[in-house]
Amino acid sequence: MVSTLASMAEDRVRRLRVRVRGAVQGVGFRPFVYRLARMMQLTGFVLNDSAGVLIEVEGTAVDCFAERVWKEAPPLARVDTVDKLELEPAGDETFEILESVGGRGATRIGADAATCVECRHELNDPDNRFFGYPFVNCTHCGPRFTITRALPYDRGRTSMAAFPMCSACGADYANPESRRFHSEPLACPACGPQLSHPIAEVSARLMNGQIIAIKGVGGFQLFCDARNDTAIDRLRRRKMRDEKPFAIMVPDIETARILARPSRAQEDLLASTAAPIVLIEARDHLSKLIAPGLSRIGLLLAHAPVHHLLFAAFAAEAAGAPAALIATSANPEGEPLVSDNDDAMHRLPGVADLIVTHDRDIAIRADDSVMQVIDGAPSFLRRARGFVPEPVDLGEDGPCVIATGADFKNAICVTRGREAFLSQHIGGLDNVKAIRFQREALEHLCSILDVRPEFAACDLHPDFRSARIAEHLDLPLLPVQHHLAHVAAVAAEHHAGGPVLGLALDGHGYGVDGSSWGGEMLVVNGPRWRRLSSLLPLPAPGAGRVAREPWRMGIAALQAAGRRDLAATLWPGHPGVAQLDAMFSRGLQSADTSSLGRLFDAVAAIAGVRLVQSYEGQAAMELEALVDDPQCLAGGYSLADGLLDFRPLIIHLAERQLGRRKAADLFHGTLISGLADWASLGASQAGTRAIMLGGGCITNRILAEGLSSALRDHGLEPYLPHQIPPNDGGIALGQAAFARHVIKHDCAQNWEHRTCA
Amino acid sequence: LSHGAGGCATDQLVKGIFHRAFDNDWLRAGNDQSAFAVPAGCMVMTTDSYVVSPLFFPGGNIGSLAVHGTINDIAMAGACPLYLSAGFIIEEGFPLADLNRIADAMGAASRAAGVPIITGDTKVVERGKADGVFISTSGIGMIRAGLDLRSDAARPGDAVIISGSIGDHGVAVMSKRENLDFDTDIISDCAALHGLVAAMVEVAGSSIRLMRDPTRGGLAATLNEIANASNVGLRIDEETIPIKPEVAAACELLGLDPLNVANEGKLVVLVAPEFANALLAVMRAHPLGAQAALIGHAEDDDHCFVQMATSFGGSRIVDWLWGEQLPRIC
Ligand SMILES: [Fe+3]
Ligand SMILES: [Mg+2]
Ligand SMILES: [Zn+2]
Ligand SMILES: [Zn+2]
Repeated sequence: MVSTLASMAEDRVRRLRVRVRGAVQGVGFRPFVYRLARMMQLTGFVLNDSAGVLIEVEGTAVDCFAERVWKEAPPLARVDTVDKLELEPAGDETFEILESVGGRGATRIGADAATCVECRHELNDPDNRFFGYPFVNCTHCGPRFTITRALPYDRGRTSMAAFPMCSACGADYANPESRRFHSEPLACPACGPQLSHPIAEVSARLMNGQIIAIKGVGGFQLFCDARNDTAIDRLRRRKMRDEKPFAIMVPDIETARILARPSRAQEDLLASTAAPIVLIEARDHLSKLIAPGLSRIGLLLAHAPVHHLLFAAFAAEAAGAPAALIATSANPEGEPLVSDNDDAMHRLPGVADLIVTHDRDIAIRADDSVMQVIDGAPSFLRRARGFVPEPVDLGEDGPCVIATGADFKNAICVTRGREAFLSQHIGGLDNVKAIRFQREALEHLCSILDVRPEFAACDLHPDFRSARIAEHLDLPLLPVQHHLAHVAAVAAEHHAGGPVLGLALDGHGYGVDGSSWGGEMLVVNGPRWRRLSSLLPLPAPGAGRVAREPWRMGIAALQAAGRRDLAATLWPGHPGVAQLDAMFSRGLQSADTSSLGRLFDAVAAIAGVRLVQSYEGQAAMELEALVDDPQCLAGGYSLADGLLDFRPLIIHLAERQLGRRKAADLFHGTLISGLADWASLGASQAGTRAIMLGGGCITNRILAEGLSSALRDHGLEPYLPHQIPPNDGGIALGQAAFARHVIKHDCAQNWEHRTCA
Repeated sequence: LSHGAGGCATDQLVKGIFHRAFDNDWLRAGNDQSAFAVPAGCMVMTTDSYVVSPLFFPGGNIGSLAVHGTINDIAMAGACPLYLSAGFIIEEGFPLADLNRIADAMGAASRAAGVPIITGDTKVVERGKADGVFISTSGIGMIRAGLDLRSDAARPGDAVIISGSIGDHGVAVMSKRENLDFDTDIISDCAALHGLVAAMVEVAGSSIRLMRDPTRGGLAATLNEIANASNVGLRIDEETIPIKPEVAAACELLGLDPLNVANEGKLVVLVAPEFANALLAVMRAHPLGAQAALIGHAEDDDHCFVQMATSFGGSRIVDWLWGEQLPRIC
């Protein structure tokens, strides 16, 4: 109906100026517009400028044209807005692509994208110029962020600068009809980068159980045959990675379905241009060495040409069994991934049997992103390749703020106008390589955004390396409490103004009173906030050791519940438990924590799931993996004095010793009910129905989904983060967003003018 | 011990305690100051206040700590300590018996070190205005001619040596404070280091760049101070750092990083690499340096990072901490 009216109105010749904003440069937008305009027999021009893409079209179907620009945009384009302005017809006779004009104001570099269908077809076509070429790409796919050094986005400022185009590539580049028109990373076997080893050799070595480092999109990765236990075991020993799960790369969705049970939403994520690792329920026939103790595995699809070539060779040799490769970042455990050829030759020989490299530099490294589906929607565990540097829209303008995040799972955030750019996952800042990487990421982000931060924000923790780095930026600095930042991050993503209730369900964070927080209920309203309540604090005996050794929280929870007598039956002969038990009996005073993460640890220890962790979050992940049907224990929690107290549940679990599965069900069910009741109480106190859910525990799918639905049952509106990780990987966004509120309201008393030591 | 009406009498009593315990010619002269001849050369002077809870711990008490700490501060300049002064702030009601024990320990420490306490002062304050007793000691000493140890003197390549096991004092104090009971008693390393220093200076002299005693904040804080003052990086190896098994076990139980735990009888010395072995030999020949070890070296680093190769084959930054050891992992 609408289209009929439109076509009737478009009989006469009109001219329209169409302004397109978003990620619309370097993604084949102009040739798309060119082809569309020519097809619709319109005249005029298209050009790139500092605001995005500017189009003027003249003819009889200009409204329809604007609509199709929006709807049919190329795969990698992210169109934010399309604005139209009626002009007088100018009588153009052709449609042209004009030279770019203006500065670089709001332009964006795209994220790296998985090889597109057309390129894959060319890769396999013996008659094609790109046949078997491990660097084939076009405007619909290929590297962007990881090869770009600065704005504006043109070949000279990418690591393709070293490769002058051959005449065939030059012709494609200049041809508006080509998929490679103005494709900056364009290259072919005649002119582009080359791989150091033949694919056949790499494939044969993998078949032999060797560990191969291959330079991928964002850095070197280690591969080995996922069906070969000896190879996996060797990889674990060489990386000194005992039990932390490995991701598995598969050639296609069909193979993913053989190894796991992806839902529709999970398949969509797997096959998206970002090609992240997706956590999916595993089927039985995978090696137990891949993800010990967990029910889900991380899968990702082959996403770079080199992966497709490798699988073509490997699958042929592997005949029968589904071809799958362990894929993990190539670095000594805990350090950032290796991206530089020299660095690889220096650091990887002890880990890899063969190092496959190439001569295109990685301008800035980026790990694989890790995601899951929560409540039908994507959720990040780690945000990096394929998503960076896509911005989060803050909904309003503000000054340029840089936030330095937290010390583990570090990522930084820089704001520009109404957009916030979260950096790629950087990792733990406890080693110098990670700190250098953070510095690189910071400089790179500012360079590709062309900004100079005016304000800085950081965590409140006095011993956070990230906070000291922020102090040295020499900008007005706002320390933001850890859990406030978790909540502010979720609120920022959802443009949640007015008073909102935030549940920060987290591990440890430094509280404003100097104590350890981590299960917090906050009310946040712009720059004002307060802590309404928390979980009942439990003793946390042993400072930093507590997070690594759940048995400590086990005995501490029993101490808090007045039932240390149960320790001897729960952990007979455990020397640490016996010592702490004795120390508690002599009146040991240890700092308390209101952390939910530590409550998970306590339950994992009491349920016999895990006493010592070999990687962060292991106990909670294993507990989650045991859940079948969450059930609430009647009377398992209380809300006396406003504090949420799970001691009755602790006592029940410790007394009954119901088995790991039953304990996991009861804990998750009771936790969800307790948190929902608690939030409901808080929401009425705060006068809001909007509940922001953030913090590391929100990566627990059972908890996040169960709590969301329980909150809805209470008539509340839960908000989960979709564009950023709920864990510390997203905290920099909250720091930056909160700092902008403070700046906007000129709350000068919040600022600290720390001087450098 | 009382404060107020009987103040004068109390003061006499207290003086009696200290004069008996510290007994020397200067105190016997009964003046409000003490005179002594000054040798020619370069002098050092230092002052320190001692506040420790509990006042008595395995291996010492606040009194011996006050003497050793100040002597060590002088010794770290490569100097020979000569005289000490001591000021006491005592809480009303503090048991005389305890005061006697503290004074005896100070007297014994001072006599053993050959550094007399030649002047002092006492004040008794109302209950609650102090916590038992606070002691403030000052000291002076003479630097050997030609020696110039400064905290900014470290250079890339220098060897980093520690005189013995780390963490003993802090863990001893904490286990007493928290009423902990370990299988093996952990005893404070509280000791005067000027004898060891004299032996080191005798042999290695000007090849020594600097010395520090890793007291509060532990080895981590001291190494960071050195790195920042000298604008170098330091790289140490976890496996070479001496630590007693019982101290390591206690730290593990308490969740402490031994690098952040206080020492009161250890020194860190940076020395030109070619003299490292000779210096180590001299140190190991002295009872207070028997466990001395080469733990790392200085390197070029604009960021002045102190890095430690861990036993897992990785490398981590050794930070100084703002206060208590707070958990950092989320
Ligand atoms: Fe957190
Ligand atoms: Mg001093
Ligand atoms: Zn393509
Ligand atoms: Zn070419």
